[in-house]
Amino acid sequence: MPATTLVLVLLILSVIAYRFGRTRSLAVVGGRRGQRDLHSLPSYYGLLTALWCGLPALLVVGLWTAAQESVITRLVLAEMPQAVQTLPEDQVSLILNDVRNVVAGNMQLSQVSADAQRAATAYLRLEHTSRMALAVVALATAMLGGIFVWRRIAPQLRARNSVEKIFEWLLLGCSTIAIFTTIGILLSVLFESIQFFRDVPVWDFIFGLEWSPQTAIRADQVGSSGAFGAVPLFAGTLLISAIAMAVAVPIGLFSAIYLAEYAHRNFRATAKPLLEILAGIPTVVYGFFAALTVGPLLREFGESIGLDVASESALAAGLVMGVMIIPFVSSLSDDMITAVPQSLRDGSYALGGTRSETIRRVVLPAALPGIVGGVLLAISRAIGETMIVVMAAGLSANLTANPLAAVTTVTVQIVTLLVGDQEFDSSKTLAAFALGLVLFLVTLGLNIIALHVVRKYREQYE
Amino acid sequence: MSDAAPGAGARLPETLRDHRKAAEAVARGLKSRYRAETRFRLYGLGAVALGMVFLLILFVTIIGKGWSVFRQSYVQLEVFYDPELLDTDGTGSPESLAQADYSALVKAALRKLFPDVEERPNRRQLYGMVSSAAGFELQKRLADDPAKLGTTESLWLLASDELDLYYKGRIDRTEDEVSRPLSDRQLDWADYLREAGAAELRFNRVFFTSGDSREPELAGVWGAVAGSFFTLLVTLVLSFPIGVAAAIYLEEFAKRNRWTDLIEVNINNLAAVPSIVFGLLGLAVFINFFGLPRSAPLVGGLVLTLMTLPTIIIASRAALKAVPPSIREAALGMGASQIQMVAHHVLPLAMPGMLTGTIIGMARALGESAPLLMIGMVAFIVDVPKSFLDPATVLPVQVFIWADVPERAFVERTSGAIIVLLAFLIMMNGLAVFLRNRFERRW
Repeated sequence: MPATTLVLVLLILSVIAYRFGRTRSLAVVGGRRGQRDLHSLPSYYGLLTALWCGLPALLVVGLWTAAQESVITRLVLAEMPQAVQTLPEDQVSLILNDVRNVVAGNMQLSQVSADAQRAATAYLRLEHTSRMALAVVALATAMLGGIFVWRRIAPQLRARNSVEKIFEWLLLGCSTIAIFTTIGILLSVLFESIQFFRDVPVWDFIFGLEWSPQTAIRADQVGSSGAFGAVPLFAGTLLISAIAMAVAVPIGLFSAIYLAEYAHRNFRATAKPLLEILAGIPTVVYGFFAALTVGPLLREFGESIGLDVASESALAAGLVMGVMIIPFVSSLSDDMITAVPQSLRDGSYALGGTRSETIRRVVLPAALPGIVGGVLLAISRAIGETMIVVMAAGLSANLTANPLAAVTTVTVQIVTLLVGDQEFDSSKTLAAFALGLVLFLVTLGLNIIALHVVRKYREQYE
Repeated sequence: MSDAAPGAGARLPETLRDHRKAAEAVARGLKSRYRAETRFRLYGLGAVALGMVFLLILFVTIIGKGWSVFRQSYVQLEVFYDPELLDTDGTGSPESLAQADYSALVKAALRKLFPDVEERPNRRQLYGMVSSAAGFELQKRLADDPAKLGTTESLWLLASDELDLYYKGRIDRTEDEVSRPLSDRQLDWADYLREAGAAELRFNRVFFTSGDSREPELAGVWGAVAGSFFTLLVTLVLSFPIGVAAAIYLEEFAKRNRWTDLIEVNINNLAAVPSIVFGLLGLAVFINFFGLPRSAPLVGGLVLTLMTLPTIIIASRAALKAVPPSIREAALGMGASQIQMVAHHVLPLAMPGMLTGTIIGMARALGESAPLLMIGMVAFIVDVPKSFLDPATVLPVQVFIWADVPERAFVERTSGAIIVLLAFLIMMNGLAVFLRNRFERRW
């Protein structure tokens, strides 16, 4: 039976186990009257039985399903004739691909080679056996677990404590998912990157000045070399981020100052959420706006004053990205400014300082570490921003500091290298993971520094 | 001050003079200082205003480009279900009817309307006025009611995307003929049709009920909406319980040690990791390692779960923190165990805050597209997805796909899809604000 049905059956079994456990706990003390002799409420006995019935069985189903495919593939390969097993690896993987297509129902059995046909039949047979076995094993586990607890139910059994212990472990398990995610990210980009660095030396990647990730199918093709020097991408990313920050930091900071120090309470209550709408708009909308409105506008303006502006200029992408980041800078700076104690301001006013002098000479220096932390977080966002640059910045890897030219960024290249590409072992796709590794490490570094600075700063005034 | 005591009297006039000098200096500087004050204040106000202006421009541009998508042009034609064209073998059997060329009927109807169009290129221009889907529409009508064979019917048929653009005023007659998608002759026909009352704008049902298409007039957002729905459902079902459980553990049970510090640092970092990196994770782990299908809402939902979990955990922890300790102490004092205290007392009180955080996280997930590009949800998919494993795309990715198409009519569709997306986001955020105002308690 399919895994979903099996899970459903297990859930139903658990519900039944709950009823049984509950009933038995009452039965061993002689009905409702004797309930006070039980250590825990009857429902805890039921829960304990249900958990013992359901959890181990679900775990078995999960592990089995995860391992099933690779085990069956190995068994199928072992069953194949000697001639197939000695084939080179890529041929074997071709056959396996056909087998998978047949199994998934994408291809008919008659469409594939004889070897693949045999393998597919074997695969289907083994899969069937595996499913049956899983059903038997899972149901047996559930029954055994349920019966094990059910037999042990007695007035002295500390059911509540056991149930609570299990729940606590489940809660702990949920909180570790964050760690597993980080490990997963690191491992997944690291493995592919290591493969990539086997083909392309690390130094050539980090310090190379030319980026043209075409890998040739034939050796005599033009541009077949495939250069993987990422410096133009880093430069492009920095250029666009710098433009974005040049827009976002002044506007964000000044609006934070105004909203925190000058604005009337009512004005602040309407203006702040309105500004934050800018952060809630999906980035793909900004990308569309940049590509369709800002880009052509800049180009026309440039033409009118005799400047040559690329239609996918870094300026357009950077400006729009800056607008997106404004609320990010402003709300973080706002937090930092309001965290500065009023006594500092009062001291300055008492010495005759005007409001703006107080802000510039007292409040801002006091809030500076926090603001810097916020700006670092904003930079990390700008570097990792994808959709705006994919839609509005170009693909050509130019090494230039001219904001009117087209540049490309790390994220743009990751998207172009991976979208629509099914092959997974060419240096082209692996390069995307190497870029991902760089992106992850840089943003991770920025985030750690920024979060540390912000926390230190908050503690200072608390 | 002690200097000013009697005995230092001889120096007094001099210090007084100094004071006066200083006061004059201050007074002289006051004007420019106040000017600086006003200037500074205006900078701040200007920055806020600039932010608002950007917001306004963004909305006005998008809505200006997209509002017309709600209406679609239709052309009225007298269609003759010609037995000679349809029933080639003379039997009238459903098989022969199913194989016939129905677009020939549309062409014949157009020729009848403009009999003086002779040469082939002109005729082709004429045929280009009606959508290529009109033939299918006729086929369906005839299949539903075979008795129509040999009769004439007056029908409103979908206009082509170019004609639609013209009727909506998006093609300018004064524009150079070469750079505009409709020729002068086609514009004349279009005007004739409109004056004859045989062309009108109606509510655009196609856009809200169909999936993607290469033809702008047939492309709709429903496929993407369904894809978004399935993806977000997976995200919600996974991220809400896991996020709440993690928050409860960290806030109520965890002892402060290295392990919990590590978890916290990880959560805070993940909240700031670029979303595209989560896409790389999904591609490497879910698709290549576990062999889940590409383009499936299930995988998209898993990736978005990992991405929104930090947001939900952080919001849920804040909600738990806001519950006063006296509630916990009262519960514990009455003999509740720690789990009972959390489940019966703290959690219900923190729930509105958690729900608010979850909705905001879902809104972010709805607008996210970069990680979904990585796991193949960017394909051209005509069919509306019906399950978690069907190939699908989501609303923001649909916007991305359409934004890349060069045809002019897709600009309107793209903006229309953005309007739909923004409407959903506004609804979700509105719900979050409502929940916060209605249920959140201040202690």
